[in-house]
Amino acid sequence: MIKSVKLRLAIVLVSVVLALIYLFPTMSGKVPGWWGNIFPTEKIHLGLDLQGGIHLLMEVDVEKAMHVSTDRMTDSVKRMLLEEKIKVLEVTQTETGTVKFILEDASELEHLQTFLEERVPAWEHMSTQGPVIHYLVSEKDQDRIEKLALDQAVETMRNRIDQFGVAEPEIRVQANNRILVQLPGIKDTRRAIDLIGKTALLEFKLVNDQFDPTKITVAELGNNLEVLYEQTRDPETNAVISRRPYVLEKKSLMTGEYISNANVRFNSQFGEPYVSLEFNSQGAKLFDKITAASVKRRLAIILDNNVYSAPVIQERISGGQAQVSGRFTAKEAHDLAIVLRAGALPAPIQILEQRAVGPSLGRDSIRNGFVSMVVGFLLVVVFMVIYYRLSGLVANLALVLNLLFIMSILALAQAALTLPGIAGIVLTIGMAVDANVLIFERIREELRFGKTPRAGIESGYGKAFLTIMDANVTTLIAAIVLYQYGTGPIKGFAVTLSLGIVSSLYTAIFVTRLVFDIVAERNPLKKLSI
Amino acid sequence: MQFFNSDKMNVDFIGKRRLFMIVSAIAILVGLASLMVRGGLNYGIDFAGGTMVQVRFANDVGSDELRQALAGVDMGDVSIQQFEDEEAHEFLIRVEKSKTDLVGLSDEIKVVLDEVFGSENVDIRRVEMVGPKVGKDLRRQGMLAILYAMIGILIYITLRFEFRFALGAIVALAHDVMITVGVFALLNKEFSLPIVAALLAIVGYSLNDTIVVYDRIRENMKGSGKLDFIGTVNRSINQTISRTILTSLTTMLVLVSLFFLGGGVIHDFAFAMIIGVLVGTYSSIFIASPVVISMQPKKK
Repeated sequence: MIKSVKLRLAIVLVSVVLALIYLFPTMSGKVPGWWGNIFPTEKIHLGLDLQGGIHLLMEVDVEKAMHVSTDRMTDSVKRMLLEEKIKVLEVTQTETGTVKFILEDASELEHLQTFLEERVPAWEHMSTQGPVIHYLVSEKDQDRIEKLALDQAVETMRNRIDQFGVAEPEIRVQANNRILVQLPGIKDTRRAIDLIGKTALLEFKLVNDQFDPTKITVAELGNNLEVLYEQTRDPETNAVISRRPYVLEKKSLMTGEYISNANVRFNSQFGEPYVSLEFNSQGAKLFDKITAASVKRRLAIILDNNVYSAPVIQERISGGQAQVSGRFTAKEAHDLAIVLRAGALPAPIQILEQRAVGPSLGRDSIRNGFVSMVVGFLLVVVFMVIYYRLSGLVANLALVLNLLFIMSILALAQAALTLPGIAGIVLTIGMAVDANVLIFERIREELRFGKTPRAGIESGYGKAFLTIMDANVTTLIAAIVLYQYGTGPIKGFAVTLSLGIVSSLYTAIFVTRLVFDIVAERNPLKKLSI
Repeated sequence: MQFFNSDKMNVDFIGKRRLFMIVSAIAILVGLASLMVRGGLNYGIDFAGGTMVQVRFANDVGSDELRQALAGVDMGDVSIQQFEDEEAHEFLIRVEKSKTDLVGLSDEIKVVLDEVFGSENVDIRRVEMVGPKVGKDLRRQGMLAILYAMIGILIYITLRFEFRFALGAIVALAHDVMITVGVFALLNKEFSLPIVAALLAIVGYSLNDTIVVYDRIRENMKGSGKLDFIGTVNRSINQTISRTILTSLTTMLVLVSLFFLGGGVIHDFAFAMIIGVLVGTYSSIFIASPVVISMQPKKK
């Protein structure tokens, strides 16, 4: 322990001033302009449970992403084989994710194998049975593709959220292909989920008018046709009101990846909102080609397997523009434009966990937390003064400083204060005086042995020190484990509890000892008020 | 002011250790029995999965009316619970639904409530949806957290003291956790994430108490040779009991404040802590040290 009272006093004063500086922005609400040039301006950050907002945990279906990627690869391998003149009857992806080749002539096996080894190194040979050969994407590449899908999903979500305009969103990748999104201040959960979780895969497919969609059989559909629906939903309940079927050619002519911009426009006749699309130059060329080839046919615009509209192509469209209309509300059109601009998710996602706190509950929680903190504090403070008299006042000073330090470190570290976090602070109030109780009880013991106040203080602090350390380290272990395993607001409890423990060591031992020493220096104590 | 004078105090805690162990064993057994009878803890949606909607009405709505209004929504078992302050017209609607899509359920509930009671009167204060997958994960994580905390503590005490002390501390901790969980089973109170946090805080707290006693034992063992080990332990408990009770008292003061004033989420958390602090105080006096004595190698 440092001997010089002056030096110790300086350390305490400096730490108190620093704490006040970090707390000032939170306390004052608004800081003067010059303050920001010299001092920190960050306020204590409130958790979602206190300021209101939405917490979403999602899982990206990476298997699906894997499947799509293998499908694409299979298509291009098919073309390559044609160029290479290796005749195959079939190249398809099986249900288990392997790629199946059926050779026309089994003797070409070796040719195929060397070709694939060279051109598609990501595929590993699995098995050969006569002309039937199976390949599988290597584990390394599977991991790579899955990681790419996850990164892409996060990127797309971040884009969408940024465009929607949320202050301080948090988007984090977690284990098991999960993504955690926190949106402070957002109330409408359904809208948020739609915005973030929509795959938003836009496709253009031709309508086949030769068949009646209500009567077509599975045999007639075959491999190249499919039936998709145009659904009308009740704007309020989101329930499907009507479904209109279309027979479509399965092959998608173009997808949303060529979109360069999307905006909400209003129909001049009825004022109905629609989304106008602009393609990039590559997309414009492609769209020009598609429309030129299919004038007078109907082109369906499909989003996530729902048909939005299927207008007749009146003439070739070369301007690189298209529109998606449907029965949107203005809000829906606005959000659709965002997701189309931000791009599609690489794979569908599933919502695993969803928590939303409204602003009114957040306000109530802050009030309840604050009131219970003040009442708990007063109870302890009064008790300490009754039980330990003047020494109790010293312990109370330590308690006030402890609260000050916890709060200022929260502001400094920008750790979120949550409702369980407030509970942690309140609990700390009760537990932090423990160090002083230990010391004071020890001093009382020493005094009963007939020691002078000064010697009693000296040996009381000395003997209690190790005990206090041991007792606090174990609580700290529990708090750190909780931080590691806790989720959301619970983490906030671990944070304030740990901060409280560490800072109470400083205030309850260092600061109170200093006070006793200062008093003892000025006037030698005859009797200790303890 | 002084409640105890630790110099004059000399209660024979150790002599009656069998009595206290029997009392604790009974308490643990009652907890286990109610766990079995109820077929497990009453898991909240954090652990069981499901949807919870907290709603407040501006007008006078009773729980029967609410139940009737929700009868039209297809959602299986619904539990409706009114907040204690009846003036607030505030309810918790809890649905444990696993068969269909949970994501849209809270929207459905909101739409129905808006329709029946008028949207201007309905304030959806909180919505939570936990899928079954996450519930399972959270359950596992909670168990692991308590397990790892205990292992970490075991290591620390073994390093600082001796293994038999660590063992005594762990027995006391397991005792506290089991009784607290048992009380939750007995009262059929909801077991949720904040309760796991409370259990960990109890682990830390109870240990705090235990260590103070252990520390005194260690100190006294170095000192006078007059007393045997049992006598030393008993002396140490007597010397520290004043502090043990005081700290429990100050902690209890803040917990009572949290219990009554902290609001819904904190209420159950504070309840768990109150039980845990009571049991933890008891165990650090009557269980932790006696176990160390039972571990004492018999001298010949």
